[in-house]
Amino acid sequence: MTGVNLKQRAWQLVLTAMALLVALPILAVFAYLFIPAAEVWQHLAETVLADYLRNTIWLVLGVAAGVLLLGIPAAWLNSMCQFPGRALFEWALLLPLAMPAYIIAYTYTGMLDFSGPLQSLLRDITGWGYGEYYFPEVRSLGGAILMLSLVLFPYVYLLARAAFLEQSVCVLEVSRTLGCSRWQSFTLVALPLARPAIITGLSLALMETLADFGTVQYFGVPTFTTGIYRTWFGLGDSAAAAQLAAVLMSFVFVLILLERWSRHKARYHHTSNKYSRLPKYQLRGRQAWLATLICALPLLLGFIIPVLQLAWWSLTTADTGFDAGFIELIWHSLLLAAMAAFFALLLALVLGYGKRVNNDPLVSFTSRIAAMGYAIPGTVIAIGVLIPFTWMDRQINAAGNWLFGASPGLLLGGTLFTLLFAYNVRFLSVSLQTVEAGLGKIKPTIDDAGRSLGLGAFGVLQRLHLPLMKGTLLTALLLVFVDVLKELPATLILRPFDFNTLAVRAYEMASDERLADAGLPSIMIVAAGIIPVILLSRSITRARAGGN
Amino acid sequence: MLNKMANKLTLATVVLGVVLSPAAMAAEEINIYSARKEALIKPLLDKFTEQTGIAVRLATGDPSALQKKLELEGENSPADLLITTDAGNLHRAAEAGLLQPVVSDTLNEKIPENLRDKDNGWFGLTYRARPIFYVKDKVKPEELSTYEALTDEKWRGRICIRSSNNIYNQSLTASMLAADGAEKTQQWADGLVKNLARPPKGGDRDQIMAAAAGQCDLAVANSYYYAGMLNGNDEEQKAAANKVAVFWPNQDDRGTHINVSGIALTKSAKNKDNAIKLMEFMVGPEAQQWYAETNGEYPVVTDVEASELLQSWGTFKADALNLSVLGENNAEAVKIMDKAGWK
Repeated sequence: MTGVNLKQRAWQLVLTAMALLVALPILAVFAYLFIPAAEVWQHLAETVLADYLRNTIWLVLGVAAGVLLLGIPAAWLNSMCQFPGRALFEWALLLPLAMPAYIIAYTYTGMLDFSGPLQSLLRDITGWGYGEYYFPEVRSLGGAILMLSLVLFPYVYLLARAAFLEQSVCVLEVSRTLGCSRWQSFTLVALPLARPAIITGLSLALMETLADFGTVQYFGVPTFTTGIYRTWFGLGDSAAAAQLAAVLMSFVFVLILLERWSRHKARYHHTSNKYSRLPKYQLRGRQAWLATLICALPLLLGFIIPVLQLAWWSLTTADTGFDAGFIELIWHSLLLAAMAAFFALLLALVLGYGKRVNNDPLVSFTSRIAAMGYAIPGTVIAIGVLIPFTWMDRQINAAGNWLFGASPGLLLGGTLFTLLFAYNVRFLSVSLQTVEAGLGKIKPTIDDAGRSLGLGAFGVLQRLHLPLMKGTLLTALLLVFVDVLKELPATLILRPFDFNTLAVRAYEMASDERLADAGLPSIMIVAAGIIPVILLSRSITRARAGGN
Repeated sequence: MLNKMANKLTLATVVLGVVLSPAAMAAEEINIYSARKEALIKPLLDKFTEQTGIAVRLATGDPSALQKKLELEGENSPADLLITTDAGNLHRAAEAGLLQPVVSDTLNEKIPENLRDKDNGWFGLTYRARPIFYVKDKVKPEELSTYEALTDEKWRGRICIRSSNNIYNQSLTASMLAADGAEKTQQWADGLVKNLARPPKGGDRDQIMAAAAGQCDLAVANSYYYAGMLNGNDEEQKAAANKVAVFWPNQDDRGTHINVSGIALTKSAKNKDNAIKLMEFMVGPEAQQWYAETNGEYPVVTDVEASELLQSWGTFKADALNLSVLGENNAEAVKIMDKAGWK
């Protein structure tokens, strides 16, 4: 008995330590909270703080509405109905995931700005001048909401669709026999059952929105993210900047609490094992075309049009942009993304399963903090990683000096390890949420059955959970892979000497205001992201319970 | 079976070790943190390596982030040199105690006094101006005079300038602070914001594009962006740039606001002698010519001529303010811009 207790204690300790390690950069930033910065705060409060708050709140609300409206109908139509183009939309609707928000912002600005081709053409045709006609301003809060919604809705689509597909068809059939109309069985049964998945997708999209820097900066929309950057570097006040970051994190905390509260103690796994394949409902006539339109619009706006613009830019610059160094950029991007995705999955499995096996509040709390990284701007994470790492380097060097009279220099800082660690801090939430959702769908009775048949905790994971969650694991892996491929700020700060990636090259060109030259690396990021995105889609289709 | 696994493990460890460990130290090398983009410096560094056999490793990044990194890494930082744009950034690094003075006759002789730090902390390598661009068929150059005069009522709704988040505007405002004092600068910022044609957005090129497209009649932008538009392969930008012309403001008093891109030796430098060699290489005639021309900037060295394109805009009187002052005034400038509601 004491042996079991001891083992459990040891597990708790290991899990807490791991979660703490990942939470370290976030805690390091929080530590600045105790340094007073009253004067700068007063200045902020008098001038820009209201703007930051208002814009951030509108941005979050707008993107929430946007991703739900784009994601859920498309997911439902794709999992339940048959209409022209469905086979294509099924996977193609995930493609916008491969498009970084800052890059879609560049492309639409290039097309829709006052001096861009579309408005110039309009003026040439009509003879209107500036101020004589109305044209929506792309570089605005509304524009930022649209850009972020267009590239983030696939999170909602992805998880909602997976949830719809995994729902036992029996549940829906029962609802129909009980007299629900098709619409009712969607709103009363399917949607509530899919809620945890939809909320997970929504919270991923919103956290990414809160962390976005590139888009809002480029559009000149002052939010907390740009505010942090400006206070940190422009006003030179680390404490006030960290305090702004803490305010941002409390937004996230509220989001997480809301989600927890909305779920209560409800459980969402199915109690029946009976599945049968549901024939897709054939839509006809106007209905069918409407369904096609609903799916085509986000795909067109979120992927096809921006890709065409990028392709055009790449063509005009191909002679100068593509050289031997370019292959290296591709290789670096893929290497980083693959390694980071693998580590994040491993960590998520240990933490997720650890929590399932012994539900310890301390472990639960620390892994919550560790998973907040997704909503924190990459710049803040990079600095948060450097604070403890450089501190450790100093201690190691001091010890080296004392023992051997020589110091080894930077051991942690400036290596790929630092960067990979930062990616884990930033993206653990993605893999953890996916793994937890996957585990949540496995009935606890399966654990009990496995245990009673003599399997240990590890055995249950290895023999039962992992095979059951194959699709989930692949999803977690691919999501982080694509995210790392797109990540910019942390990569920029933490990458070692002579180590560039596609995102870095695209940024260097764009920040030099050479949008056309940014086209080639941008389109390569998108291209490299397409394959994992397609794999992702296939793994979900297979997840359909009772499917062939 | 076991053997196979052991082999795999060894292989994995070796691969991880190679990938994760800092690259083995070469005998002679310099490590650079550079805010100057790779494409605008790498070829020159390659040439240096070719001539001297000293390897150069480069990590580019955002100026403020690079400084923060240096600060946190402290004496363990691998960086020997910091290359960055804007005197405001260079001064901030010096203030934070991240740089060490270099006493070099070559550098002191070649670089004019106002384009380097008073205490030898940093050295300008190229300079750029921030003039006013006017739409040729809407504005006569006689209507323009100074930055201060941009607040005149006749420019209501006719000026484009980028966000105050940008260091170039922060430094411009810092130079106004040095010339006119806090009160007048605040009035200037207030007045300028009133005259804007649109809320600030986009970069410097965007301001010129907007002016050419008719959204405003004046744009404030750095000179090298204009050069880049004229020289680049984007036909639209070229056409836009051809619709505007350069006006050099404040020619009758202090001169047009200029700024530098510069270089500094870090306090943690482990390869000091070689690093200074590179600094001196950068002010050589060949390097100056290439470095300035590639980015459409003016060489700091007086005996190297600016590119033909830049010469075609005419000569101008530059503000002789010691650029360290821009850094000293930066925080106050940011606050003034915030108060003016300059987004």
